[in-house]
Amino acid sequence: MAQLSTVKKTPPKVIRQSVVLRFMKQLDLQLMVLPAMLLILVFSYIPMYGVLMAFQDYSIFKGFLNSPWVGFKHFEMFFQSPEFSEVMRNTIVISLLKFGIGFPAPILLALMLNEVRNMAFKRVVQTVSYLPHFLSWVIVAGFVMSLLSTDNGSVNMAFQKLNLIEEPINFLSLPEYFWTIIVTTGVWKEIGFGSIVYLAAIAGIDPHLYEAAQMDGASRFKQMFLITLPSIMPVVIIFMILAIGNLLNAGFDDILLLGVNPVLRDVSDVIDTYVYRVGIKNSRYSYATAVGLFKAVISVGLLTMANYIARRSGNSLW
Amino acid sequence: MIRLTNGDRIMTVTIYFMLALLTFTTFYPFWNALVISLNEGVDTAKGGITFWPRAFTLENYSVVLNDARLLNGFLISVIRTVVGTLTSILFTAVFAYGLSKRELMGRKFYMVVCIITMYFSGGLIPTFLLMRELNLMNSFWVFIIPSLISVWNMIIFRTFFQGLPAGLEESAKIDGCGHWGTLFRIVIPLSGPVIATLALFTAVYHWNDWFLPSIYISNEKLLPIQTMLNQILNSNIMSEQVSQMDSAAQGRMSQMRSVTTKSLSMATMIVATVPIIAVYPFLQKYFVKGVLVGSLKE
Repeated sequence: MAQLSTVKKTPPKVIRQSVVLRFMKQLDLQLMVLPAMLLILVFSYIPMYGVLMAFQDYSIFKGFLNSPWVGFKHFEMFFQSPEFSEVMRNTIVISLLKFGIGFPAPILLALMLNEVRNMAFKRVVQTVSYLPHFLSWVIVAGFVMSLLSTDNGSVNMAFQKLNLIEEPINFLSLPEYFWTIIVTTGVWKEIGFGSIVYLAAIAGIDPHLYEAAQMDGASRFKQMFLITLPSIMPVVIIFMILAIGNLLNAGFDDILLLGVNPVLRDVSDVIDTYVYRVGIKNSRYSYATAVGLFKAVISVGLLTMANYIARRSGNSLW
Repeated sequence: MIRLTNGDRIMTVTIYFMLALLTFTTFYPFWNALVISLNEGVDTAKGGITFWPRAFTLENYSVVLNDARLLNGFLISVIRTVVGTLTSILFTAVFAYGLSKRELMGRKFYMVVCIITMYFSGGLIPTFLLMRELNLMNSFWVFIIPSLISVWNMIIFRTFFQGLPAGLEESAKIDGCGHWGTLFRIVIPLSGPVIATLALFTAVYHWNDWFLPSIYISNEKLLPIQTMLNQILNSNIMSEQVSQMDSAAQGRMSQMRSVTTKSLSMATMIVATVPIIAVYPFLQKYFVKGVLVGSLKE
């Protein structure tokens, strides 16, 4: 108590001590923050600075400081490379498919779960559908490979029993199925977990709205479209902005693990897997960094644009 | 009572049907993998294994659990998950507590520096080269040090700490506690639910990560189970896989003819999934809340 009152009574002149002195006085607090800031500086900011090697002919032997600067050479090389159009097409198509199907899927699930009155059933559906989110992509890829395998994978067996196909199809080595497999697997893994936020938003809707709608004779279907959906729209829009900012993240783990077969490269190579392949596997560091930077610049552009559009509609992140 | 119209009934039935279908589709891959892992490999190859094992056996598991490499991988995963989660939660909580104090000099600056990292990063290659410069290649510490601080978790912690009643900390100060004492004696004991949620997510990340070791680790003794599992799934040729095992396991395998690559990988997959399935039911109520805390902030 005595300590507190002396602090309050001290005149302002003395409180404005030199910066160093003030810093020393709260050294315990600063010591909580500074080691962490150092870690962030090292592991986040040094790589950001390292991005400049996209404009160098980086060589491990010369190091970052002594490697020659080459301007936009690596960017031009990427734009002119035969892979450019393929990689860009795959990235854009896979991201758009994932966005178009993967984004509304959890919303649809939340809307459906909201109509379930049987609590036991609802709990089972939720518990099971959240589970895949917690599995590693390696395990999920293992499931997919097992289910789709030609030697008696369940999918081939089921299709044969239903007389949809005569011979087992080797799904994972045929380019025409790859996009479907990637998108379906992604939805399978994240649909349940993604629905949590929307369910919470639905739980916050004023029940009086539904009562009033029922009085007016609205069917359950109409209530869903005229009350539930508009009420969760702000949440939907915020998540949509985040998703658009991530639009060029067509995926990495899933594509790397399910697109193992080199036959699939024409349809599976996206910017991130391309960066991994030329960068880590072929050690073309500067070139791979340039490709990565190109993607980052477009992503920031997309996020800014999405936020601008959202702001005009009254919802925005910043 | 509100009367249901015919349209309402059709809608309800459709919804129940679709949700049941979704639940089945989500559950079946787990079940099928479990069943295959409990079936004799040679018999599985004949086909038709769906809901129940036809030739029940535990041989697949006995091979997996007797393979020194796989067991070592499992152990590395456990150690990484435990050490990684404890240190990350501890470091991040201390950091967040410091940043939650209004009197902290440079607080705004620190926050901006942190938030920028949520939107920009150096990307794969510069990070890779940095780890190499820091001699973290082929070191256990590559699992721990780069993920000590999570800015995302820090923001959630900070929001929670700022919501705690100020009176509690004041009374701790009066009783002579410094910031460190207040944090460990008052604030952390009050943060059970947040710590549980963030620890769960951090643990799941550490347990599931296969990519980081695949590029930074070449020493087999440091490979976690997920990365090893990926190697097994990729090496479809039986002989390759047998040659990767230690000799004792090879001897056992020649005795147990019924084991195949497929049955073996399924058993390994189940072993790598069990820890998550085991803790999942206990943690469900926490993570649902945790997701909401995280999304509210953004």
